[in-house]
Amino acid sequence: MDRIFAGIDSGTWTTKAVVIDDEANLLGSLVERTAADLAGAATRAFEGALQAAGIEREACGAVWATGFGRANIPFADGTRTELDCHARGVHHHVKGAVTIVDIGGQDAKVIRLDDRGRRLSHKMNRKCAAGTGSFLEEMALRLGVPIEGFHDLAAGFTEELELGSFCTVFTGTEVLTSIRQGKNPADLARASYRSIVRRVLEMDVFEGAVVATGGVVAHHPVVVEMMEEAFGGTVVVPPHPQEVGAFGAALACLHEIGSVRKGDAP
Amino acid sequence: MKRRVLESTASLKETMVGYYLELGQAAATKSAPVAWCTSTGPVEILRALGYRVHFPENHSSMMGAARTANDYMTKAHARGYSQDICSYLTADIGAWLAGETPFSAFGIDEVPKPDVLVFNTNQCRDVRDWYEFYGRTWDVPVIGVESLHMIETVTDVQVDAIASQMEDLVPTLEEIAGTKLTDDRFGEILDLSKECVDLWKACMAMAASRPAPLTFFDGTIHMGPVVTMRGMPAANEYYRLFLAELQQRVDDGVAAVEGERFRLYWDGMPVWGKLRELSELFAELATTVVASTYCNSWIFDALDRADPFRSMARASLELFIVRSDTPKESYVEQMVREFSVDGIVFHDSRTCPNNSNCRYGMPERLRDQLDIPVITIEGDQIDLRCYSSEQTRTSLEGFIEQLEERGRTAESAGG
Repeated sequence: MDRIFAGIDSGTWTTKAVVIDDEANLLGSLVERTAADLAGAATRAFEGALQAAGIEREACGAVWATGFGRANIPFADGTRTELDCHARGVHHHVKGAVTIVDIGGQDAKVIRLDDRGRRLSHKMNRKCAAGTGSFLEEMALRLGVPIEGFHDLAAGFTEELELGSFCTVFTGTEVLTSIRQGKNPADLARASYRSIVRRVLEMDVFEGAVVATGGVVAHHPVVVEMMEEAFGGTVVVPPHPQEVGAFGAALACLHEIGSVRKGDAP
Repeated sequence: MKRRVLESTASLKETMVGYYLELGQAAATKSAPVAWCTSTGPVEILRALGYRVHFPENHSSMMGAARTANDYMTKAHARGYSQDICSYLTADIGAWLAGETPFSAFGIDEVPKPDVLVFNTNQCRDVRDWYEFYGRTWDVPVIGVESLHMIETVTDVQVDAIASQMEDLVPTLEEIAGTKLTDDRFGEILDLSKECVDLWKACMAMAASRPAPLTFFDGTIHMGPVVTMRGMPAANEYYRLFLAELQQRVDDGVAAVEGERFRLYWDGMPVWGKLRELSELFAELATTVVASTYCNSWIFDALDRADPFRSMARASLELFIVRSDTPKESYVEQMVREFSVDGIVFHDSRTCPNNSNCRYGMPERLRDQLDIPVITIEGDQIDLRCYSSEQTRTSLEGFIEQLEERGRTAESAGG
């Protein structure tokens, strides 16, 4: 069997694995915490994705890796950058010229594609946590709630507040000042999301359809609502937004290897 | 893919060590007056008066390349020199506060103490602040040229304004040196300096060949003599050797980067502590950085012994760094054409705003005007706290993937 392909996205916070068939149908996926053992997390994610797909390891024709740890996955047969893989993953789902906003644990990216899915440009966040998932984790910590409950907390907001700092540490201080002044934690949680969206929107000019991906988008849908407010239109969220990079890596694998094998077949 | 090391490198080391030893000896024995000078400052006047010249920017870049700069900067920060100002300045002052110098590798235990510090603010205001620290510390004169900036077209009025400032330096410099500036000696030095920059320009031009025989990263190492030894015969001797090796590579079709697929232009400062890492990354990607604003900043076409002060003034005003964005963009466009460039890398150097040309929309304008991919990476010339290897690698690899896609599209469009 060489008609099954896999992609691993070894991200700073989570490792995502996706298994697809040669029609690019997603058969299984899994998200695993990365921590310090990149290869171990990739193995667990891959095995979990295979299990979810009901497929044996031997049946998988090839695995490609992406993400910051892409070079540390010993069983990967090839690598591409997450910029390439997000572009491929998004273009599979959304045709035409698009601007991709990917908000991950420790970086944010804006990638512009033309109508054929070719990358025109990319920008990455400045070397700072503002505009990334790390910022939300820090704000959740300040407000004393687990990150899993942060979205629900923000949903109970009563007033729109603004957090004005560029820097995560300064914003944390701003939050503490607001708490001292008796501000509502739900309003501060919502302001934290607003801050992320502002940081991302200043990264580039947004043209064409806007597509949002990444773990923050997957787990904090209010970010998408806020982007829609800012753009005055719909922001497309593809299926499995957190796994788009891994899906793109699997597609790269399919396109680079699968198509050759198909062509070779009698 | 491999990088090929240039054989001239051994002679380069010998040439540079000779220069440092002569400088160190002059300072230690007081056998000649010692001046400190900014790297695009009026060095020809100093040499013609017999000064041995130290270039603090060279000193800082050495600490950057050795990745020791960050050990020193904090000492300057603690004295009130911000993390956001020139890291060359903070590293240099910090090293002095620590009583250390990279010159110790050549047996020179302390930085050569100056008799005078001479600046030209054509690069930035920081060079003057930097020298004034030492001027106060040692009670040594700090003199120089206050440059003009954002120059669209260099005019005679501007040239006269700078030339008169240069002439005004002479009496003080003569007094400290205890000698007079003569036309003959000044002319000789200008001839040597002009020959040096012409040779350097010819070396840089070799990278227009395909494949390129040298990279920007080679250039940052081999530029040592043109930065520090203009007006010294040994610099010219070295560049004749270097040029011959490059010409031989061109004749033999030898590439600096095996299998060169893409050719890039680099705008902005080098990341001194990451030269090898970046050089290897581009080699892995079969990509040659063929030209740069930075290495070309020591090409002073205007130098002319027939009109010494005005030609030096014109040369200092024709520099990329003092020009407005319109002539800067025309220059980059010319480089892109002459060097067959596929893409432009802008280095946004955190503490060197004057050498970071990406902050006022230039990458976007050049991308649209020239239909060429551009990328901006964040970093600093020597402050590695401002640089992320991982983010830079991903961004540059992604950029090369983008060039590959573009190449495939062009191929398919071409049939």
